[in-house]
Amino acid sequence: MTTSSNLIFGLPLLSLLIFSPLVAAAGAALIGSERLLRWWALACTTVIAALSLPLWSRFNPATAEFQFRESRAWIPFLKIDYSLGVDGISLLLVLLTTLIMPLCILASWNYIKVRIKEFMICLLVMESAMIGVFCALDAILFFVFWEAMLIPMAVLIGVWGGPRRLYASLKFFIYTMAGSVFLLVALIALRVKTGSFSLEGMMGQDYAPGFQLWVFAAFFLSFAIKVPMFPFHTWLPAAHVEAPTAGSVILASVLLKMGTYGFLRFCLPITPHATHVFAPWILGLSVIAIIYGGFTALAQSDLKKLVAYSSVGHMGFATLGIFVLNPNGLEGAVLVMINHGVTTGALFICVGIIYERLHTRDLNAAAGIGKFMPVFTGFFGVFCLSSLAFPGTNSFIGEFLVLAGSFAHSQVVTVCVVPGVVLAAAYMLRVLQRVAYGGTNNPVHTGLKDLNVREVITLTPLLVFVFWIGLHPQPFVHVLHATVQKILLQVGPVLPQVTSLLP
Amino acid sequence: MAFLPELVLLAGGLVLFFVATGEGLAARARLVALLTALATLLACIVCLSQEAVLFSGAYRVDGFSQLLKLVLSGGFTAVLLLSGRLPDIRERIQPEYYLFITLSVTGLLMLVSCVDFIALVIALELSSFPLYLMVPMRREREGQRSQMESAVKYIMFGVAANGIMLFGLSYLFGLTGTTSLPLMAAQLQPMVHSPLAVLGLALAFSGLYYKLAIFPFHFWTPDVYQGASNETAGLIATLPKIGAVAVLVRFVSLASTDHATLAAMLGALAIASMFYGNLIALGQTDFKRLLGYSGIAHAGYAVVGFVTLSDPGFAAALYYITGYMLMVLACFVVICRVSKDGTNVAIADLAGLHRRSPLLAATLIVGVFGLAGIPPFVGFFGKLSLLTAAVDTGHLALVIITMVNAAIAVYYYLRVVREAVFGDPVEAATPITLDLATRILCVTLIVAIVALGVAPGLLIDPLAESLNGLNLPLAGIPPIAENVSL
Repeated sequence: MTTSSNLIFGLPLLSLLIFSPLVAAAGAALIGSERLLRWWALACTTVIAALSLPLWSRFNPATAEFQFRESRAWIPFLKIDYSLGVDGISLLLVLLTTLIMPLCILASWNYIKVRIKEFMICLLVMESAMIGVFCALDAILFFVFWEAMLIPMAVLIGVWGGPRRLYASLKFFIYTMAGSVFLLVALIALRVKTGSFSLEGMMGQDYAPGFQLWVFAAFFLSFAIKVPMFPFHTWLPAAHVEAPTAGSVILASVLLKMGTYGFLRFCLPITPHATHVFAPWILGLSVIAIIYGGFTALAQSDLKKLVAYSSVGHMGFATLGIFVLNPNGLEGAVLVMINHGVTTGALFICVGIIYERLHTRDLNAAAGIGKFMPVFTGFFGVFCLSSLAFPGTNSFIGEFLVLAGSFAHSQVVTVCVVPGVVLAAAYMLRVLQRVAYGGTNNPVHTGLKDLNVREVITLTPLLVFVFWIGLHPQPFVHVLHATVQKILLQVGPVLPQVTSLLP
Repeated sequence: MAFLPELVLLAGGLVLFFVATGEGLAARARLVALLTALATLLACIVCLSQEAVLFSGAYRVDGFSQLLKLVLSGGFTAVLLLSGRLPDIRERIQPEYYLFITLSVTGLLMLVSCVDFIALVIALELSSFPLYLMVPMRREREGQRSQMESAVKYIMFGVAANGIMLFGLSYLFGLTGTTSLPLMAAQLQPMVHSPLAVLGLALAFSGLYYKLAIFPFHFWTPDVYQGASNETAGLIATLPKIGAVAVLVRFVSLASTDHATLAAMLGALAIASMFYGNLIALGQTDFKRLLGYSGIAHAGYAVVGFVTLSDPGFAAALYYITGYMLMVLACFVVICRVSKDGTNVAIADLAGLHRRSPLLAATLIVGVFGLAGIPPFVGFFGKLSLLTAAVDTGHLALVIITMVNAAIAVYYYLRVVREAVFGDPVEAATPITLDLATRILCVTLIVAIVALGVAPGLLIDPLAESLNGLNLPLAGIPPIAENVSL
């Protein structure tokens, strides 16, 4: 299955991306010096990010087929294949992952002081599993990567986290595990119907409606916990608050996307009938998530908690866009996923920077640091505006497309969402106002150092993407068109078609 | 030649018998036992592709038996290595301990080859009786007599279960007029749905349920685990279960593949075992008791493979129990090394293990996450193949119940990991130094658990293949009439 365009240095590209972090982790295990370890991890993740660029340049946006295919038998007894490939959606998510990882290591440069070796190994193993999740085209391979993320992530929270890290780590682990248990049952049930664990083989089959409902329910439980959707979100603030900066960034930027990615990859193409049946309910949950996330974020004084609850709201936009089942909604949803990865990742890094200086994340304690840290405030301000979907920034494009899609689907739903948008402006501007102009009478702030070069380098790539996607989203949307059309075709008759708003 | 592994073990047992007659030869006995184990392992590798029928058709050497003998002898070596110098066995009787362990393994090796149930019962007893004796060999501490209580429980349950099993076998014999399993398989087919045949089979299984610790034959498990010394518990928890699953495969394949009654019965026992084991394990504080209850649950998972009454299900059960052996051995290595002076290990004693010994902590984590069924360890693919086989044969409800149980189990396994990785040691963290043998054992177990998880085909394909023709008629064996001589 391997053609020459899949190869780089004679190696299949996707496998190379998945396994090179593991090799890097093995290398890190042999390094003794802490300084060297940091540079090694940074170099490795940067090289991996560079290696992922050919994915972008060689990707053919004209076709909805999976590209960079690799396939070989893995466990013939159970008909499990090692099969990889990316389409427009997973392409963007893989690139997001490889972009975020070096930044995570930069953001943890001084933040992590103990057990640096184990920390770097955890991060690299995470990267491997995350790329694997987005590339896997075999259900069990997907599941293996999906579960393989659990242990390093729980360790990241549990070892390097805050005071209640154990509670948060276990809660994260058990919630996610409980969800994936049913995912596995659904996959096995599908395997019996189709005869193999191939994801493509599972798509577009004519399953009985009742069967679809059950499979969808199992999928939904698993992915909704991961997103997390409204009633299943309680693990998220705990995990975010306790996790170290890099853990929060990975969690927000990549892990949460796996839930929505699961909806797109599993629910819509495999169980189209059930999708139509459940869509109104999920739209309802999405609206609740947006409003609820907004109100809760408004009430927080812990900066991390605030960003965490704003994530619940943003991911509500993503699920909203997915389940309105039209091109604008779906493309908007994928863009919201990417934007949320960029913006919220950046916000968590900013909170980490504040924490490193003040040793607290309390909004009141951080009030007024704008006077002493002008460069930081510049970055922070842009990311806050991006988070509230200010026109010209990335989130605006995503949320606008989602709202356009949802307007075409149901005006009532759209009207219900609008307060959420206002709330986002309210809580983000409240933070920005406190941090930037919160008065200069706070004695502990005297002598605060502004961003150093490392921190500027950490935030700059994200800043670039905020404006790149915000001002010129066309290339990002372009790679999605074909894929989104295919998913919508698979999901079957759609309600009133609207022509795409963006070329 | 085909009998070589057993012969090696018997020879080792004989040498140990003479060593045991002397005084103060514990170290020599240990050496002999280790050499025997390694020689057996070697012999099993050499004889892996042997095929033969021995002892007038009572004993069959085929791919199935040889593969399991390899697994068993590997497990035997591991148990001997993890036992170390037997800190908790009275010094004077240590040579006898090695003798009994060798004899018990001999019985297990023979068990997987027996195709005549007289021979099978004898092999089963040979594997059981030494264990009954090894439980009370634990040292007596101040007033601690729990090993005696455990031994009595173990032996009483064991004898009772064996009696029930013999009773069931007598029904099968009465129905078919033969004690040879391959002949019986053919004879039983027409009447396999008759109440008497079902009763006979159900009773015959009970001796194996006891070995596997399936509800309602599980009552001995936690007490024996707790009362027996750590090394003995490590043996009881692992090797006999492989033998039991192997024989269960032979017995269950006597029934036809569409035997709803038998499937329902096995399914009910599996569900009861899983819920009972998992729910009670939630409240345990002693690590061995926790493993005991979780062992009941894992036996329930393995029985899910038998509910399918199909070859993929049997292969999955064998694969699962082999993986289980490796994972539990990993846990017992940790127990034996963490234990001070051979005492029992509470979960709280594992606190801060990663600081005391990173290798032991890694072994524990791999073992426990494997037991919890998290990929890429062998436990996950074991469960996956069991569940796939079960769904293939239409037992969706059972699969869902199994997964619910797997989710419950994650909680108590995480408690163990939490102590080992995140917990702070109660006392000053004294590092645990490991000898070379333990380090080799730890690394081997980790590699095996990961390798069988990443490439399950290594084991499961040969297992599935070896199941073809398990109960085929034996070539060159006289027909029924002459074979019956009871």
